[in-house]
Order: sequence, then structure tokens, then C-alpha cells
Amino acid sequence: MNLFTKSLMAAAVTTGVVAGSMAASYAADNIKIAFIDPLSGPFASTGNQGLSHYKFAAQELVNSKGGVLGGANFEIVAFDNKISAKESLIQLKVAIDQGIRFIAQGNSSGVANAITDAVKKHNRRNPDQQVLFLNYSAVDPALTNAKCNFWHFRFDANADIKMDALTDVMATNKDIKKVYLIGQDYSFGKAVAAAAVKFLKAKRPDVEIVGNELHPIGKVKDFTPYARKIVSSGADAMITGNWGSDMVGLGKAVIEAGFENPIYTYYAASDGITKTFGEAGEGKLKLVMEGQLNPPVSDRAAAYTAKFEAQYPGYDIGQPRIANVIEMLAKAIDKAGTATDMVKVANALEGMEHDSIWGTKVTMRAKDHQAIQDVHIMAHTAKDVKFDFDSSGYGLKVESTVKMASADSATTCNMKRP
Amino acid sequence: MSLFIVNILDGLVTGLLLFMLCSGLTLIFSMMGVLNFAHASFYMLGAYFGYQISTYVGFWPGLILAPIIVGVIGAAIERYGLRRVHQYGHVPELIFTFGLALLIEEVVQFFWGKSQMAFEAPAALKFAAFSIAGNAFPAYKVFMIFIAIGVFLVLLYILTKTRIGMIIQAALSYPETVQNLGHNVPLIFMGVFGVGTAMAAIAGVIAGPVLGTFPGMAVLLGSIVFVTIVIGGLGSLWGALLASLLIGWLQTFAAAYNLRMADLLTAIGLTEPADLAQSLLSDLWTLTLPQVGPILPYLLMIIVLALRPQGLFGKRET
Amino acid sequence: MSLQGQQSIGTKTPLIPIRKVLPWLIACGFLLLLPQVFPSGAGLTIMNQMAITIVFALAYNMLLGQAGMLSFGHAVYMGLGGFFCMHLLNQVEYNQLYLPLPLLPLFGGLFGLIFAFLIGSFSTRRAGTVFAMISLGVGELIAACSIIIVVFFGGEEGVSGDRTMGPQVFGFDFASQLEVYYLTAIWLVLAALGMYLFSRTPMGRIANAVRDNEERAEFLGYSQRNVRWISFCASGFFCGIAGALFAINFEILTEENLNLATSGSILLITFLGGVGFFVGPVIGAVVFTLLQTVLSLYTEIWQLYLGILFVLTVMFFPSGLTGLIAMHFRPWNLSKVGLLIRPYAKIAGPALVLLFSAIAIMEILFHARHSSIGSEEMNLFGMTINSHSPVPLIIAVGLLLISFFVVRKLAPGLLDAWQDANHQERET
Repeated sequence: MNLFTKSLMAAAVTTGVVAGSMAASYAADNIKIAFIDPLSGPFASTGNQGLSHYKFAAQELVNSKGGVLGGANFEIVAFDNKISAKESLIQLKVAIDQGIRFIAQGNSSGVANAITDAVKKHNRRNPDQQVLFLNYSAVDPALTNAKCNFWHFRFDANADIKMDALTDVMATNKDIKKVYLIGQDYSFGKAVAAAAVKFLKAKRPDVEIVGNELHPIGKVKDFTPYARKIVSSGADAMITGNWGSDMVGLGKAVIEAGFENPIYTYYAASDGITKTFGEAGEGKLKLVMEGQLNPPVSDRAAAYTAKFEAQYPGYDIGQPRIANVIEMLAKAIDKAGTATDMVKVANALEGMEHDSIWGTKVTMRAKDHQAIQDVHIMAHTAKDVKFDFDSSGYGLKVESTVKMASADSATTCNMKRP
Repeated sequence: MSLFIVNILDGLVTGLLLFMLCSGLTLIFSMMGVLNFAHASFYMLGAYFGYQISTYVGFWPGLILAPIIVGVIGAAIERYGLRRVHQYGHVPELIFTFGLALLIEEVVQFFWGKSQMAFEAPAALKFAAFSIAGNAFPAYKVFMIFIAIGVFLVLLYILTKTRIGMIIQAALSYPETVQNLGHNVPLIFMGVFGVGTAMAAIAGVIAGPVLGTFPGMAVLLGSIVFVTIVIGGLGSLWGALLASLLIGWLQTFAAAYNLRMADLLTAIGLTEPADLAQSLLSDLWTLTLPQVGPILPYLLMIIVLALRPQGLFGKRET
Repeated sequence: MSLQGQQSIGTKTPLIPIRKVLPWLIACGFLLLLPQVFPSGAGLTIMNQMAITIVFALAYNMLLGQAGMLSFGHAVYMGLGGFFCMHLLNQVEYNQLYLPLPLLPLFGGLFGLIFAFLIGSFSTRRAGTVFAMISLGVGELIAACSIIIVVFFGGEEGVSGDRTMGPQVFGFDFASQLEVYYLTAIWLVLAALGMYLFSRTPMGRIANAVRDNEERAEFLGYSQRNVRWISFCASGFFCGIAGALFAINFEILTEENLNLATSGSILLITFLGGVGFFVGPVIGAVVFTLLQTVLSLYTEIWQLYLGILFVLTVMFFPSGLTGLIAMHFRPWNLSKVGLLIRPYAKIAGPALVLLFSAIAIMEILFHARHSSIGSEEMNLFGMTINSHSPVPLIIAVGLLLISFFVVRKLAPGLLDAWQDANHQERET
């Protein structure tokens, strides 16, 4: 016995203890939903916020109303994927091992692409253990187009739909003559830029696109040179799909460089971003998003939001669609009469029409599993916001609404059904 | 032309900021012979302390206090950490500073969380100093330029004109001799390390409101700082200054001008393929200068190291 | 490896004596049995990941430990090998390329070797800081390229494929995790054996010599530059194998496989395990994978613990965890381990209290600072406590101080016992 064997033995013992405790399955009374998103690392706050909303929605919208299938409760089980594709696939395996059949994920289209691919392969290789992928936030259009599959359902409006709605609103604003497009250099940023070019050309051929560029994602220290270009181009509006620190950096640099016109964004809210912009963003920052918080659409929505904020102080409902995921899944399970036969549940979810708590109708389009719903253009403001973000006094207020945005848009999805 | 002038000024701000980090790092390198991987982490600590102090007593006391605190922390790390690892050799030392960088990032997240802090420039400087063709130049950036130049001049004066500066310079080159002359060389080393980290902290406090105060800020700047002093020549203050300004302008101008690879390729007589999406070279054709901007410093470093391993101004090889 | 250093140079003893074959056989048997103990899919996935990390860490240590070269961009060679293999898999799927899956790692290795050869041609000219800086620059360059060159790297979402599309081998189509495990395990043994044998060759020995004193090696007639280059290429080859195994296991490669964080963590893993021992990276990889997958289930601040562990290791045990174990060989050979049992037993209790009270303080502080405002209750070691009341914190700090003083009081006794156990003469 030398060092090598001894250490291997020691490693074996440790591995045994740990892996054994991990693989132990839990009691199977509840219907479990695996929440696979970053709970540590730079995007942890987004992940934790989403997790809180999932837990709250499951309790508030399903469990407190008697559960599904005559008494089964929803249980959210959290898995930290550290926003890495590799780690997500490991956590997916762990979740499936624990007998979980519903996978919820949203942060990063890259991770969503990895999961949808892995779910497709898993379901083909293990027909007795199939799982559903509930994508609540990843908006890369490819997921419901070229890469679509039967097991994937998207509850957020994808990047194309959001751009369609955004350009609908921009088209009515005759002051906008020149538009600057800037985004992160990867699939989502490119999708935003392509959609903007396409829709602006169709709806406002007179608008000139004075800039269309991509910057390296997460690598730009100082956005000032970009801001200079935008100001010098004389643009009347800019559009960006940036998120995280790239959004903050770009937005602050542009405002500081003296840009006075609207900045249309996808993700410039919550997770500290609203607070960071504060007064500087007033009247400039616009957001395209589903789920109306301000003004509240109904007493029920207001009560739901207020109760969430009371239960999770400091957190916001940054992703209102999570409520739709939970309600629609509950409905589908009840309609299918099973929470184990994924083909039946998926068939029930396909084409479902649902009246959302946020005052919109949500249709899960059957041909590509893309949710169709009202999309709003919101303004970053401190006026008339009942529910602010980041406890900053600033929040999002709906300015205009596109009803059932892109309901009849085309898709290249060629879905193979089991 | 007006845009060019604005970019010159912006690049100057970036370059000088970089220099405040590089000057400390290069001094520390001359002293210990090891690159401090965690140097940018002290810059981050400076920004966070500056932010925290500014929430209690405002920006200006933070500008004074945060560097002092960080300098003391840096000196303590030198005394109790680096000095201990020094005996194992250079590679463990480098690994130690690498681990320290990871640890400081985790500690920052432990106390301040992962989101960006709402660190604001002082209200007194929140106006546009001047504007060139519609492009506002904030007064705060003018202030940054002055602080950086001030720090450089003070450093230069201390190093070249004062007695303590002479001893430091001597200790850098001949530590044993200086020790034998009765000076406390370990104390000098600790002091230089503390001052170097304090300078990084000053850079952090003044950069925090502009570049953002978040846990990734050290990583974002960390390797660039390295690259800069390697290009400038390890241990050379003037080299660090030149390389900092070079990199500052390089990055600013690379981001500012949308030169397209397609134009270049067409200029040398190639024709763009009709169906770009199907072409294997589509990425080459759509490449623009801002896309490659962030990797230019690394490219420059590899070229410099391959051709002149001691860097532009360095006197010795590493 | 440094333990049995001298004997195999120049003597006519077989390259591997029989007593050295035994541990390998035991390791093989052990790998064979593991799936019986952990048959679950997740267990297999974690074991596969461990195996890949072991290959990668061993390959990294060929540079760091054996040739003394510190690389900050080594993920590149594993990643590039993996990306090429992924494209090969896609060729198998869409263009009917005939390539049995078990042979794929060989191609991964070749791709890794080619890139190591190219990049090594200029980066290995010098050792030390220059090499480290060039490796950092190359690493950053290629990681950045992975976003820019979408055709090859697939942009942010990476390149994915399907391993089951190739020809069946002995009736296996590699759809199940278990079949992949055995494939990975076989390649793990082959690669580890290959690297072990490399370290025994004259080439491996000269690499040690160059590490320890490059000038002297040069005077002996060996080109230090070529020695480094060859070591670098060999390391690149085995990194490529690790990359191919990654491609087979996860069926996806992304920018993450190339970036600085991956390069940094392999340095961390190798150093944690111990660079001076062949088996060091193995231990590092096993411990790190367990920490990463398991600790993160229990605590949000696992990276902080990892960072502390790493810095403490560099400061106090520069020979890593393996070094810590190896320290006990001398007492063992002197049959004096018995002398250590009592002081160890005495200090174990207080040391554990010290450890757990320190963890408790950090967890309580973290919870108090970052939990949502309403939730004040937290779960600590199975107890439910209120993180916002000062009582638990005071208790934890009290325990920390008490155990710290007890440990300090006991430490000299342990040191004395340690001296006794390591010296023969004192007894006589």
C-alpha cells in the first residue's frame, strides 16, 4: 500500500458518504419543480429573486387553493447552476435522479440551449423518465424556431416578439428619425439587432439606422467611447438588449455623455440596476417587457404583489411571468390527470389559453410552444409607481401596450411529436 | 475631428487610471520580484470602502480614508502573508497572490453582495465641464485627470528627490547592502507594498462612480494591468506610464471607430462572398474593430514578449 | 515521484517494478467497482467529471510540478481538443464519418498536441514570469476568439452534438451513463499510466532538471527550451484527451471551457492536491469536485471557503494535501505514528470546535446581511437559530476564542510529539 492507494481509499470513503447522501431520494408526495438557475456568483441576485417568486407563486396560486390532482402540492427544489452550461447539466441529472420531472430555468440563453438539448436527448434515451423544460426567461428566438422541441415551453416573449412590440410603439413616434443599435456580441445581442433592422425597415422605412454594432460581452470596462459615437451620430433613440453590468455601464456612459433621447432596453430594471440609474434614468430609460406591475391591473394583482413584497422584503417581482408558469402548469397537470406522463402534460399545455393575474391572456402557441401575451413598453420613473424596484422609489410604469404581440408571427419550428 | 479630440481626452482618463494601478504594481514588482496578481483587488477594495464611507460622511472623506485603510490591509498582507510565502519561491508567491485575488472577490461579495453599488460622483462635480460638438465632458473626469497627475508627480518627487526615496531605490537594487548599512529593509518593503496598494485604492475610489462598483471590477481590470506593466517593462515607472497611456488610447480608439474587416479585405482585392451566412469565413468578414478591441492589449503583449522579453523600457529580463 | 527519484536513473531495474504495479491494479479494480456503489445517474455524472478533472489536473501538473512552468491559460488545450472532438462527433452524425466513439479521445489528444506544438513554439522560449504572462495572453486571446469566431466555437451557446450516432462498439451505443463511465474510466487509466510513464522516461527526468536549474541542464547539453517545449506538447496531448472526454460526457462545449476561470481553477486544483507528487492532482481533483458539487448544495458561500482553504494551503502547506499525508510517512516508517495519536486526539476536539465556530460566525453574518428582511431564521448544522439576534453570534465567537486558546496551548505539545516521531535518535 503506497500513497496512491491510500489516497484513493480515502477518496472512496468520502465519495461514498457524499454521493450516497445526495442520491437519496425524498418522499414523493409533492409534485416537484426543479429550479436550475444561478444562486451564487455574479447573477445570484436574479436567481434568488426568481426562486423567491417561484416559491411564493406555488404557495399562493396552487398550494393554498388545494393543490393539483386533488391535493398534491407544488414544491420548488432549488439547484445552483452557477450560470454554467456544464454545471446545469450536472444539476439536471441530479434533479432527474431525485425523481423531478419539471425543470424550470431562465437565466442565459446559452444555458437554456444546453438544457433543451439535454432534455431532448434524455427523453429519447429514457422514455420511462421523461421531463418537461419550462423556460421562463431565456429569449433567444432560436429556442422556439430552429432548435424547438416538444419538451420545451417558453413563457416569456422572445426577443423577436419584444422587438416587434417595441417597434410598433416607436413607429408611432414621428420624432424618431435616427436610431442607434448596440448590443452584446453573442446570439441574443445579434438576434435583437437583426429583429430591430427587420421591423424598423418594415414599419418605418424612413428611419435611418445610424449605428448597428456589437461589443464584447462582459469585457468592456468603459463604455465612454461607445457613448461618444452614439451622441455624435445624432441618434434620436437607441435600442439595446444589454443586461447586467453591461447595461449599467452603457446606460450611465450614454447619459453622462449628454444623450437626451429615449434609450429602449430589454433588461434595465431590478437587481440593483433600477437603483443605480435612479434619477439619471428618469424620462430616458424605457423597457419592453410582459407583466404589468404599475399601475396594478386589478386588486388581485396588487394584493399578490404587495403580499410578495411583504413576505420577501428587498426582492421584486422582476419576472412577473413566473406566476403564469405556475398557474398554467397546474392547469395542465389537472387537465392531463397525471404529473408523471409528460406527453399528456405537454399535450395539455400545448395551445392552452390562460387568463393571467397580470391582466393579459396568455396562449401557449401549439406550433412552437411560444407563449403569446400582451407586451408593454414601460418607463423608468418615480411618478405613480406603486411597486418600486430595489426599494429605490423608482420603478416601471406601463406607457403603452401591444395586445397579444406577434400572435401570428412565423416560426421555422418543425416540431417532432412523440 | 471633434470626436477625435474627445477620444484623446477619454483615452487619457483611461490611461492615467491604469497608470495609478500600474505604478504601484511595478514598484512592488521591482521590490519583491513577483507580480502581484491581487493588485486590482485592492483597487476594488478601494472602490467598496470609498462607497461605504461615502454613505456615512460623503465622497471626500472616503477619498482620503479608503486608501489609508486599504494601504494598512495591504501592508498587513505583505507582513503576514507574502513574507511567509516568499521563502518557498516565486511560483508559490504568484499562486498566493492569485489565491488572494479570488479570496478578496469572495470577501467583497460576502459583505456587499453581488449587485452593483449605487456609488455616485460627488454632487459638486456633477456637471459637464465643457462639451465638444454635443459630447459632454464631465467635470468629474477632469478631476480624475488632475488626481492621477498629482499622484504621479508626488510619487516621482518622493522617489527621486527625497532621502526616503533614495533608500527605497537603493533597497530595490541592492537589498543586502542597504540592510548592512543599517536600514530596516523588510519595513521598507512593507511600506512600499502598503503605498502601492493605497495608490490602487485611490484609483478605485475615483473610478468606482464612473466604471461601476461591482464584484467583477477587479477581474475586468486585473489582467489588463498586468499586460500593461509587462509591455512597459517590469519595474520601470516611465515604461508603466507610457504603456498605460498607449493601452488607454488603444482601447478607446478601437472602440470608437467602426473599422470593418470587410472594408480591409475588399481593399486588398478580395470580394465578399455573396451568401455570407453559408461561408466558413463569415466571421472574418463581419469582424469589426470594436469587437477585437479588448484583445488588442493581449496581442500586443504577446508580440512584445516574443520580440523583446524585457518589455519596452525594462532593463532586465524576468 | 520525488520519493523514489534516484533509483531508476541509469540502473538496470525494470521501468516499473512489480510493487509499483500493484497500486495501479487496485485503482483499476476500484474504478470497476465504483458504479456498483453509486449506480445513480447523478453519481455517475459526478464520477465522470472527477475522472476528466483528474486527467486535466495530471496533465497540468506535467508542466507545473514536473517542469516548473506556471500556465494561466491551460484550459485552452483541453477546450480546443474538446471543440474539435465535438465537430468530429457532428461529422459522424451528419456526414457518416466512420469513427467509433472509444477512439475519439485519441483525436482529442492529437488536436491538443498540435495546438501545444504551435503555441509552445514561441511561449516556451523562456520559463518563469514570461511564460506565465504569455500563457495568460494566449488564454485570453483564444477565449475572446470563441465569442468572435462563431463558425467554429458556436458563440455563447457553444457547440453540441450526440455521442450515440457513431457505429456501435461490441453492442454498446453509449446512450447510458454507465457505458460512458466505463469508457471514461478506461481512458483515465490509460492517460494516467501514460503520464506516469512519461515522468519516468529520461525526458521526464530532464524536465525535472530544467525545472530545478535550467543553466546546469543547459551545460549538460540539453536545450532547456526544447525540453520545455516537449513537456508542453505532452501536456497538451493529455489535456486534449481530457477535452474529448468532456465532449463525450457533456455533449456540449462552450466558451466556459476555454476561459480564464477554468484555467485558474485547474491551477487551484493541482496546487491544492500537491504539485510535488504524481498522485497530488488526483487528490486535488477529487476533493475539488466534491467541494464544488456537494458543498454548494449546503452553503451559498462555498467559494469563500474554497478561497480560504486555498490561501491557507499556499501559506502553510505549499506541498498541498498530499504533502500533508506524505508528512506522516517518516513516522510511519520509523513505526512512531503511535506517538502522534495522543496529541492528535487531544487537539482534534478543540480544532473541530474552532473550525465549526468559524463557519458558524461566517454563516450567521452572511445570513444576517443578505437574507431577505423578513426571514431571520436560519438553519445551522441542523439547528434553527435567529441570525439577527446577537446571542448565537456571541456564543459562536465565544466558542471560537476558547477553542483558539485551547488549540494554541496544545500546539507546542503536538510539535514536540512531531519532532519525536520524526527523529530516530531521540529514542535511543
